[in-house]
Amino acid sequence: MFSLLPRTGAAGAVVACQQARGMATLKDIRLRLKSVKNIQKITQSMKMVSAAKYARAERELKQARPFGEAAMKFYEAVEVAPPENPKNTLLVAISSDRGLCGAVHSSVAKKIRAWMVENPTLAPNAKIICVGDKVKAILQRLYAPNMLVSFNDFGKKPPLFEDASAVANSILESGFEFDTGVLIYNKFKTVISYETTEIPLHTLETILGAQKIHTYDSLDAETLRSYHEFNLASTIYYAMKENACSEQSARMSAMDGASKNAGEMIDKLTLTFNRTRQAVITKELIEIISGAAAL
Amino acid sequence: MFALRMSSAVGRQLARVSARGFADAPTGMAFTLASPSNLYFHGADVRQVDVPSYSGNFGILPNHVSTSAVIKPGVVVVYPKEGDLQRFFVSAGTITVNEDSSVQVIAEQAIAVDQLDGSLVGAGLAKAQQQLASASTETAKAEAQILIEVHEAMQKAIDGVI
Repeated sequence: MFSLLPRTGAAGAVVACQQARGMATLKDIRLRLKSVKNIQKITQSMKMVSAAKYARAERELKQARPFGEAAMKFYEAVEVAPPENPKNTLLVAISSDRGLCGAVHSSVAKKIRAWMVENPTLAPNAKIICVGDKVKAILQRLYAPNMLVSFNDFGKKPPLFEDASAVANSILESGFEFDTGVLIYNKFKTVISYETTEIPLHTLETILGAQKIHTYDSLDAETLRSYHEFNLASTIYYAMKENACSEQSARMSAMDGASKNAGEMIDKLTLTFNRTRQAVITKELIEIISGAAAL
Repeated sequence: MFALRMSSAVGRQLARVSARGFADAPTGMAFTLASPSNLYFHGADVRQVDVPSYSGNFGILPNHVSTSAVIKPGVVVVYPKEGDLQRFFVSAGTITVNEDSSVQVIAEQAIAVDQLDGSLVGAGLAKAQQQLASASTETAKAEAQILIEVHEAMQKAIDGVI
Protein backbone atom coordinates (compact mmCIF):
# COMPACT_ATOMS: atom_id res chain seq x y z
CA MET A 1 0.00 0.00 0.00
CA PHE A 2 2.62 2.45 1.15
CA SER A 3 5.18 1.30 -1.35
CA LEU A 4 2.79 1.98 -4.20
CA LEU A 5 1.95 5.51 -3.17
CA PRO A 6 5.21 7.33 -3.88
CA ARG A 7 5.50 5.82 -7.34
CA THR A 8 2.08 6.91 -8.54
CA GLY A 9 2.47 10.15 -6.61
CA ALA A 10 5.67 11.00 -8.44
CA ALA A 11 4.25 10.39 -11.88
CA GLY A 12 1.10 12.32 -10.99
CA ALA A 13 2.99 15.33 -9.64
CA VAL A 14 5.29 15.66 -12.64
CA VAL A 15 2.39 15.35 -15.06
CA ALA A 16 0.37 17.91 -13.10
CA CYS A 17 3.21 20.44 -13.18
CA GLN A 18 3.67 20.00 -16.89
CA GLN A 19 0.00 20.43 -17.55
CA ALA A 20 -0.17 23.56 -15.44
CA ARG A 21 2.80 25.45 -16.78
CA GLY A 22 4.23 23.35 -19.54
CA MET A 23 7.23 22.70 -17.37
CA ALA A 24 7.89 22.60 -13.66
CA THR A 25 10.00 25.46 -12.43
CA LEU A 26 13.35 24.75 -10.83
CA LYS A 27 12.04 25.70 -7.43
CA ASP A 28 9.12 23.27 -7.60
CA ILE A 29 11.42 20.41 -8.44
CA ARG A 30 13.91 21.36 -5.77
CA LEU A 31 11.17 21.43 -3.13
CA ARG A 32 9.76 18.11 -4.21
CA LEU A 33 13.21 16.54 -4.32
CA LYS A 34 13.91 17.70 -0.81
CA SER A 35 10.64 16.31 0.56
CA VAL A 36 11.17 12.95 -1.13
CA LYS A 37 14.66 12.78 0.36
CA ASN A 38 13.20 13.46 3.79
CA ILE A 39 10.61 10.74 3.31
CA GLN A 40 13.32 8.34 2.31
CA LYS A 41 15.23 9.14 5.47
CA ILE A 42 12.15 8.41 7.53
CA THR A 43 11.37 5.14 5.81
CA GLN A 44 14.99 4.06 6.09
CA SER A 45 15.11 4.68 9.79
CA MET A 46 11.75 2.96 10.25
CA LYS A 47 13.21 0.00 8.45
CA MET A 48 16.21 -0.05 10.78
CA VAL A 49 13.97 0.16 13.83
CA SER A 50 11.71 -2.65 12.69
CA ALA A 51 14.74 -4.74 11.71
CA ALA A 52 15.97 -4.52 15.28
CA LYS A 53 12.49 -5.23 16.63
CA TYR A 54 12.08 -8.10 14.22
CA ALA A 55 15.34 -9.70 15.37
CA ARG A 56 14.07 -9.63 18.92
CA ALA A 57 10.59 -10.84 17.98
CA GLU A 58 12.03 -13.77 16.07
CA ARG A 59 14.26 -14.74 18.96
CA GLU A 60 11.30 -14.67 21.28
CA LEU A 61 9.13 -16.55 18.83
CA LYS A 62 11.62 -19.41 18.84
CA GLN A 63 10.94 -19.74 22.56
CA ALA A 64 7.21 -19.28 22.25
CA ARG A 65 6.60 -21.81 19.48
CA PRO A 66 7.19 -24.97 21.52
CA PHE A 67 5.21 -23.32 24.32
CA GLY A 68 2.23 -22.77 22.04
CA GLU A 69 2.52 -26.15 20.40
CA ALA A 70 2.58 -27.78 23.82
CA ALA A 71 -0.55 -25.86 24.80
CA MET A 72 -2.40 -27.01 21.69
CA LYS A 73 -1.14 -30.59 21.73
CA PHE A 74 -3.76 -31.80 24.22
CA TYR A 75 -6.65 -30.69 22.04
CA GLU A 76 -5.22 -32.50 19.05
CA ALA A 77 -4.52 -35.59 21.13
CA VAL A 78 -8.05 -35.90 22.49
CA GLU A 79 -9.45 -35.22 19.01
CA VAL A 80 -11.89 -32.52 19.91
CA ALA A 81 -14.70 -32.48 17.38
CA PRO A 82 -16.50 -29.25 16.53
CA PRO A 83 -20.03 -29.13 17.97
CA GLU A 84 -22.86 -30.40 15.76
CA ASN A 85 -25.01 -27.30 15.65
CA PRO A 86 -23.01 -24.32 16.76
CA LYS A 87 -25.04 -21.26 17.55
CA ASN A 88 -22.70 -18.71 19.06
CA THR A 89 -19.27 -18.20 17.63
CA LEU A 90 -16.40 -16.26 19.06
CA LEU A 91 -13.90 -14.70 16.68
CA VAL A 92 -10.65 -13.41 18.13
CA ALA A 93 -8.64 -11.20 15.81
CA ILE A 94 -5.01 -10.63 16.72
CA SER A 95 -3.36 -7.51 15.30
CA SER A 96 -1.76 -4.37 16.69
CA ASP A 97 -2.04 -0.59 16.90
CA ARG A 98 0.63 0.23 14.38
CA GLY A 99 0.20 0.50 10.64
CA LEU A 100 2.63 0.68 7.72
CA CYS A 101 3.21 -3.04 7.70
CA GLY A 102 1.68 -4.28 4.50
CA ALA A 103 -1.42 -6.44 4.68
CA VAL A 104 -0.87 -7.80 8.19
CA HIS A 105 -3.96 -6.22 9.68
CA SER A 106 -6.17 -6.26 6.64
CA SER A 107 -5.60 -9.96 6.02
CA VAL A 108 -6.87 -10.74 9.50
CA ALA A 109 -9.90 -8.56 8.89
CA LYS A 110 -10.38 -10.19 5.51
CA LYS A 111 -10.43 -13.65 7.11
CA ILE A 112 -13.14 -12.52 9.47
CA ARG A 113 -15.12 -10.95 6.68
CA ALA A 114 -14.80 -14.14 4.66
CA TRP A 115 -16.03 -16.15 7.61
CA MET A 116 -19.02 -13.83 8.02
CA VAL A 117 -19.91 -14.20 4.35
CA GLU A 118 -19.46 -17.98 4.37
CA ASN A 119 -21.58 -18.49 7.47
CA PRO A 120 -24.54 -16.17 7.01
CA THR A 121 -26.65 -18.11 9.52
CA LEU A 122 -24.03 -17.92 12.23
CA ALA A 123 -22.92 -14.37 11.54
CA PRO A 124 -25.61 -12.54 13.55
CA ASN A 125 -24.73 -14.54 16.67
CA ALA A 126 -20.99 -14.21 16.27
CA LYS A 127 -18.98 -11.95 18.53
CA ILE A 128 -15.63 -10.44 17.69
CA ILE A 129 -12.79 -9.70 20.08
CA CYS A 130 -10.24 -7.31 18.63
CA VAL A 131 -6.68 -7.18 19.87
CA GLY A 132 -5.12 -4.02 18.50
CA ASP A 133 -6.67 -0.85 17.14
CA LYS A 134 -6.02 -1.49 13.46
CA VAL A 135 -8.23 -4.50 13.04
CA LYS A 136 -10.85 -2.84 15.19
CA ALA A 137 -10.89 0.19 12.90
CA ILE A 138 -11.49 -2.05 9.89
CA LEU A 139 -14.15 -4.27 11.47
CA GLN A 140 -15.97 -1.59 13.45
CA ARG A 141 -17.60 -0.16 10.36
CA LEU A 142 -18.92 -3.46 9.07
CA TYR A 143 -19.71 -5.39 12.22
CA ALA A 144 -20.34 -2.81 14.92
CA PRO A 145 -23.12 -4.89 16.55
CA ASN A 146 -20.85 -7.95 16.71
CA MET A 147 -18.05 -6.29 18.62
CA LEU A 148 -17.60 -7.73 22.09
CA VAL A 149 -14.38 -6.34 23.58
CA SER A 150 -11.35 -4.69 22.10
CA PHE A 151 -7.86 -4.20 23.41
CA ASN A 152 -5.30 -1.64 22.46
CA ASP A 153 -1.74 -0.74 23.31
CA PHE A 154 -0.34 -3.62 21.31
CA GLY A 155 2.57 -3.36 18.92
CA LYS A 156 4.78 -0.83 20.63
CA LYS A 157 6.37 -3.40 22.88
CA PRO A 158 6.61 -7.16 22.43
CA PRO A 159 3.50 -8.88 23.80
CA LEU A 160 3.76 -10.33 27.29
CA PHE A 161 2.06 -13.27 28.87
CA GLU A 162 0.13 -10.82 31.05
CA ASP A 163 -1.40 -9.28 27.93
CA ALA A 164 -2.55 -12.70 26.79
CA SER A 165 -3.94 -13.47 30.24
CA ALA A 166 -5.92 -10.23 30.17
CA VAL A 167 -7.47 -11.21 26.83
CA ALA A 168 -8.18 -14.76 28.02
CA ASN A 169 -9.70 -13.40 31.20
CA SER A 170 -12.02 -11.09 29.34
CA ILE A 171 -13.14 -13.97 27.11
CA LEU A 172 -13.98 -16.03 30.18
CA GLU A 173 -15.59 -13.18 32.05
CA SER A 174 -17.48 -11.64 29.16
CA GLY A 175 -20.46 -13.88 29.84
CA PHE A 176 -20.72 -14.69 26.15
CA GLU A 177 -21.36 -18.41 25.94
CA PHE A 178 -19.87 -19.50 22.68
CA ASP A 179 -20.09 -23.01 21.27
CA THR A 180 -17.15 -22.68 19.00
CA GLY A 181 -14.37 -20.19 18.57
CA VAL A 182 -11.71 -19.17 16.10
CA LEU A 183 -8.49 -17.35 16.80
CA ILE A 184 -7.11 -15.56 13.76
CA TYR A 185 -3.52 -14.38 13.55
CA ASN A 186 -0.63 -14.14 11.12
CA LYS A 187 1.72 -17.07 11.39
CA PHE A 188 5.29 -16.11 10.68
CA LYS A 189 6.93 -18.17 7.92
CA THR A 190 9.93 -16.31 6.59
CA VAL A 191 11.07 -12.69 6.60
CA ILE A 192 9.05 -12.01 3.49
CA SER A 193 6.05 -14.22 4.10
CA TYR A 194 3.43 -14.95 6.68
CA GLU A 195 0.23 -16.90 6.60
CA THR A 196 -3.06 -15.83 8.11
CA THR A 197 -3.98 -18.83 10.20
CA GLU A 198 -6.89 -19.96 12.33
CA ILE A 199 -6.72 -21.84 15.60
CA PRO A 200 -9.96 -23.37 16.80
CA LEU A 201 -10.93 -22.42 20.34
CA HIS A 202 -12.77 -25.05 22.30
CA THR A 203 -15.18 -24.90 25.15
CA LEU A 204 -15.29 -27.20 28.14
CA GLU A 205 -18.38 -28.91 26.75
CA THR A 206 -16.76 -29.79 23.45
CA ILE A 207 -13.64 -31.03 25.22
CA LEU A 208 -15.71 -33.22 27.53
CA GLY A 209 -17.45 -34.62 24.49
CA ALA A 210 -14.19 -35.38 22.72
CA GLN A 211 -13.51 -38.90 21.57
CA LYS A 212 -10.39 -39.73 23.48
CA ILE A 213 -10.98 -37.73 26.62
CA HIS A 214 -11.65 -40.92 28.57
CA THR A 215 -8.18 -42.26 27.95
CA TYR A 216 -6.94 -39.47 30.20
CA ASP A 217 -6.56 -40.43 33.79
CA SER A 218 -7.97 -38.70 36.85
CA LEU A 219 -9.61 -35.73 35.17
CA ASP A 220 -12.15 -33.90 37.26
CA ALA A 221 -14.15 -30.95 36.06
CA GLU A 222 -12.32 -28.39 38.18
CA THR A 223 -8.86 -29.53 37.06
CA LEU A 224 -9.97 -29.52 33.45
CA ARG A 225 -11.39 -26.03 33.81
CA SER A 226 -8.18 -24.57 35.25
CA TYR A 227 -6.19 -26.52 32.71
CA HIS A 228 -8.29 -25.24 29.86
CA GLU A 229 -8.17 -21.63 31.05
CA PHE A 230 -4.40 -21.64 31.32
CA ASN A 231 -4.08 -23.25 27.91
CA LEU A 232 -6.35 -20.61 26.42
CA ALA A 233 -4.03 -17.88 27.68
CA SER A 234 -1.00 -19.80 26.40
CA THR A 235 -2.55 -20.22 22.97
CA ILE A 236 -3.36 -16.52 22.77
CA TYR A 237 0.14 -15.68 23.90
CA TYR A 238 1.57 -17.86 21.17
CA ALA A 239 -0.65 -16.27 18.53
CA MET A 240 0.37 -12.81 19.71
CA LYS A 241 4.04 -13.69 19.40
CA GLU A 242 3.58 -15.09 15.90
CA ASN A 243 1.64 -12.02 14.88
CA ALA A 244 4.18 -9.61 16.37
CA CYS A 245 6.98 -11.30 14.48
CA SER A 246 5.02 -11.27 11.19
CA GLU A 247 4.17 -7.63 11.73
CA GLN A 248 7.75 -6.53 12.27
CA SER A 249 9.01 -8.53 9.32
CA ALA A 250 6.22 -7.16 7.12
CA ARG A 251 6.99 -3.61 8.24
CA MET A 252 10.64 -4.18 7.50
CA SER A 253 9.93 -5.27 3.94
CA ALA A 254 7.31 -2.55 3.44
CA MET A 255 9.76 0.11 4.56
CA ASP A 256 12.49 -1.42 2.44
CA GLY A 257 10.19 -1.18 -0.58
CA ALA A 258 9.26 2.39 0.29
CA SER A 259 12.91 3.40 0.59
CA LYS A 260 13.68 1.80 -2.76
CA ASN A 261 10.78 3.58 -4.42
CA ALA A 262 11.83 6.88 -2.89
CA GLY A 263 15.34 6.26 -4.26
CA GLU A 264 13.91 5.69 -7.73
CA MET A 265 11.89 8.88 -7.43
CA ILE A 266 14.93 10.83 -6.31
CA ASP A 267 16.85 9.61 -9.36
CA LYS A 268 14.06 10.64 -11.70
CA LEU A 269 13.59 14.01 -10.05
CA THR A 270 17.33 14.72 -10.07
CA LEU A 271 17.37 14.00 -13.79
CA THR A 272 14.41 16.31 -14.40
CA PHE A 273 16.01 18.94 -12.19
CA ASN A 274 19.28 18.88 -14.13
CA ARG A 275 17.47 18.89 -17.44
CA THR A 276 15.35 21.84 -16.43
CA ARG A 277 18.40 23.72 -15.15
CA GLN A 278 20.15 23.10 -18.46
CA ALA A 279 17.07 24.25 -20.33
CA VAL A 280 16.94 27.46 -18.30
CA ILE A 281 20.61 28.19 -19.06
CA THR A 282 20.10 27.49 -22.76
CA LYS A 283 17.04 29.68 -22.81
CA GLU A 284 18.89 32.56 -21.20
CA LEU A 285 21.83 32.15 -23.59
CA ILE A 286 19.49 32.22 -26.57
CA GLU A 287 17.88 35.36 -25.22
CA ILE A 288 21.25 37.07 -24.79
CA ILE A 289 22.60 35.96 -28.13
CA SER A 290 19.47 36.83 -30.05
CA GLY A 291 19.33 40.15 -28.22
CA ALA A 292 22.94 40.87 -29.22
CA ALA A 293 22.20 39.82 -32.81
CA ALA A 294 19.23 42.16 -32.99
CA LEU A 295 21.36 45.18 -32.15
CA MET B 1 32.53 -60.48 5.11
CA PHE B 2 29.78 -63.02 5.56
CA ALA B 3 30.66 -63.47 9.21
CA LEU B 4 30.56 -59.73 9.66
CA ARG B 5 27.13 -59.48 8.13
CA MET B 6 25.98 -62.36 10.28
CA SER B 7 27.23 -60.75 13.43
CA SER B 8 25.66 -57.42 12.58
CA ALA B 9 22.35 -59.13 11.90
CA VAL B 10 22.57 -60.93 15.22
CA GLY B 11 23.45 -57.64 16.87
CA ARG B 12 20.42 -56.01 15.37
CA GLN B 13 18.27 -58.87 16.56
CA LEU B 14 19.71 -58.52 20.03
CA ALA B 15 19.16 -54.81 20.03
CA ARG B 16 15.55 -55.29 19.07
CA VAL B 17 15.03 -57.83 21.82
CA SER B 18 16.62 -55.67 24.46
CA ALA B 19 14.73 -52.59 23.34
CA ARG B 20 11.45 -54.32 24.00
CA GLY B 21 10.38 -53.36 27.49
CA PHE B 22 7.67 -54.92 29.57
CA ALA B 23 5.02 -52.61 28.16
CA ASP B 24 5.97 -53.62 24.63
CA ALA B 25 5.90 -50.02 23.43
CA PRO B 26 8.67 -47.67 22.35
CA THR B 27 10.49 -46.45 25.40
CA GLY B 28 11.57 -42.88 25.98
CA MET B 29 9.45 -39.78 26.13
CA ALA B 30 9.38 -36.46 24.38
CA PHE B 31 9.57 -34.01 27.24
CA THR B 32 8.88 -30.30 26.84
CA LEU B 33 9.33 -27.80 29.63
CA ALA B 34 8.56 -24.26 28.54
CA SER B 35 7.59 -20.91 29.96
CA PRO B 36 6.66 -17.83 27.92
CA SER B 37 10.19 -16.49 28.16
CA ASN B 38 12.28 -19.65 28.43
CA LEU B 39 12.47 -23.01 26.78
CA TYR B 40 14.35 -25.58 28.83
CA PHE B 41 13.47 -28.86 27.14
CA HIS B 42 11.86 -29.47 23.79
CA GLY B 43 11.14 -33.03 22.80
CA ALA B 44 14.01 -34.15 25.02
CA ASP B 45 14.34 -37.80 25.94
CA VAL B 46 14.58 -37.99 29.71
CA ARG B 47 14.37 -40.78 32.27
CA GLN B 48 11.88 -39.33 34.67
CA VAL B 49 10.11 -36.09 35.53
CA ASP B 50 8.59 -35.26 38.91
CA VAL B 51 5.87 -32.63 38.84
CA PRO B 52 3.89 -30.83 41.54
CA SER B 53 0.17 -30.63 40.84
CA TYR B 54 -3.05 -29.85 42.65
CA SER B 55 -4.07 -33.46 42.24
CA GLY B 56 -0.86 -34.48 44.06
CA ASN B 57 2.79 -34.60 43.16
CA PHE B 58 3.68 -37.36 40.80
CA GLY B 59 6.57 -38.78 38.85
CA ILE B 60 6.29 -39.38 35.13
CA LEU B 61 8.17 -42.29 33.59
CA PRO B 62 8.02 -43.30 29.93
CA ASN B 63 4.71 -44.95 29.00
CA HIS B 64 2.85 -43.15 31.73
CA VAL B 65 -0.92 -43.31 31.42
CA SER B 66 -2.26 -40.21 29.64
CA THR B 67 -3.30 -37.54 32.02
CA SER B 68 -3.45 -33.83 32.45
CA ALA B 69 -3.10 -31.76 35.57
CA VAL B 70 -2.68 -28.22 36.81
CA ILE B 71 0.66 -27.16 38.26
CA LYS B 72 0.88 -26.26 41.90
CA PRO B 73 3.71 -23.87 42.78
CA GLY B 74 6.67 -26.12 43.38
CA VAL B 75 9.63 -27.84 41.86
CA VAL B 76 9.78 -29.85 38.66
CA VAL B 77 12.62 -32.37 38.91
CA VAL B 78 14.02 -33.64 35.65
CA TYR B 79 16.19 -36.75 35.54
CA PRO B 80 18.06 -36.58 32.25
CA LYS B 81 19.44 -39.69 30.53
CA GLU B 82 22.91 -38.59 31.49
CA GLY B 83 24.16 -36.23 34.11
CA ASP B 84 22.71 -34.83 37.29
CA LEU B 85 19.03 -34.15 37.93
CA GLN B 86 17.82 -30.64 37.27
CA ARG B 87 15.37 -28.74 39.45
CA PHE B 88 13.11 -25.98 38.17
CA PHE B 89 10.74 -23.84 40.14
CA VAL B 90 7.34 -23.41 38.46
CA SER B 91 4.62 -21.03 39.60
CA ALA B 92 1.55 -22.13 37.65
CA GLY B 93 0.64 -23.88 34.45
CA THR B 94 -0.36 -27.22 33.04
CA ILE B 95 1.00 -30.74 32.73
CA THR B 96 -0.06 -32.99 29.90
CA VAL B 97 0.95 -36.59 29.35
CA ASN B 98 -0.24 -37.91 26.03
CA GLU B 99 -0.83 -41.36 24.66
CA ASP B 100 2.27 -41.16 22.49
CA SER B 101 4.35 -40.75 25.66
CA SER B 102 5.01 -37.09 25.00
CA VAL B 103 4.97 -34.89 28.08
CA GLN B 104 4.32 -31.17 28.06
CA VAL B 105 4.87 -29.03 31.10
CA ILE B 106 4.04 -25.42 30.35
CA ALA B 107 4.51 -22.98 33.17
CA GLU B 108 3.67 -19.33 33.59
CA GLN B 109 7.13 -18.94 35.03
CA ALA B 110 9.87 -21.52 35.20
CA ILE B 111 13.32 -20.92 36.57
CA ALA B 112 16.21 -23.10 37.69
CA VAL B 113 16.08 -23.40 41.48
CA ASP B 114 19.73 -22.42 41.93
CA GLN B 115 18.94 -19.09 40.26
CA LEU B 116 16.39 -18.10 42.88
CA ASP B 117 17.56 -15.39 45.25
CA GLY B 118 16.67 -16.21 48.85
CA SER B 119 16.69 -12.64 50.10
CA LEU B 120 14.43 -11.44 47.28
CA VAL B 121 12.02 -14.28 47.95
CA GLY B 122 11.93 -13.33 51.65
CA ALA B 123 11.20 -9.72 50.78
CA GLY B 124 8.52 -10.79 48.30
CA LEU B 125 6.88 -12.98 50.91
CA ALA B 126 6.77 -10.12 53.41
CA LYS B 127 5.27 -7.86 50.79
CA ALA B 128 2.66 -10.45 49.86
CA GLN B 129 1.68 -10.87 53.49
CA GLN B 130 1.32 -7.12 53.80
CA GLN B 131 -0.83 -7.15 50.69
CA LEU B 132 -3.08 -9.79 52.24
CA ALA B 133 -3.46 -7.73 55.40
CA SER B 134 -4.47 -4.63 53.46
CA ALA B 135 -6.63 -6.43 50.89
CA SER B 136 -10.20 -5.18 50.98
CA THR B 137 -11.94 -7.16 48.24
CA GLU B 138 -12.24 -10.91 47.85
CA THR B 139 -10.31 -10.84 44.57
CA ALA B 140 -7.43 -8.88 46.08
CA LYS B 141 -7.35 -11.31 48.99
CA ALA B 142 -7.21 -14.29 46.68
CA GLU B 143 -4.44 -12.66 44.66
CA ALA B 144 -2.40 -12.02 47.78
CA GLN B 145 -2.94 -15.58 48.95
CA ILE B 146 -1.68 -16.91 45.64
CA LEU B 147 1.38 -14.66 45.93
CA ILE B 148 2.07 -16.00 49.41
CA GLU B 149 1.66 -19.56 48.24
CA VAL B 150 4.10 -19.01 45.39
CA HIS B 151 6.66 -17.33 47.62
CA GLU B 152 6.44 -20.00 50.28
CA ALA B 153 6.93 -22.66 47.64
CA MET B 154 9.95 -20.77 46.36
CA GLN B 155 11.35 -20.57 49.86
CA LYS B 156 10.88 -24.31 50.29
CA ALA B 157 12.52 -24.93 46.91
CA ILE B 158 15.57 -22.94 47.98
CA ASP B 159 15.73 -24.73 51.32
CA GLY B 160 15.53 -28.02 49.49
CA VAL B 161 12.42 -29.16 51.38
CA ILE B 162 10.66 -30.05 48.14
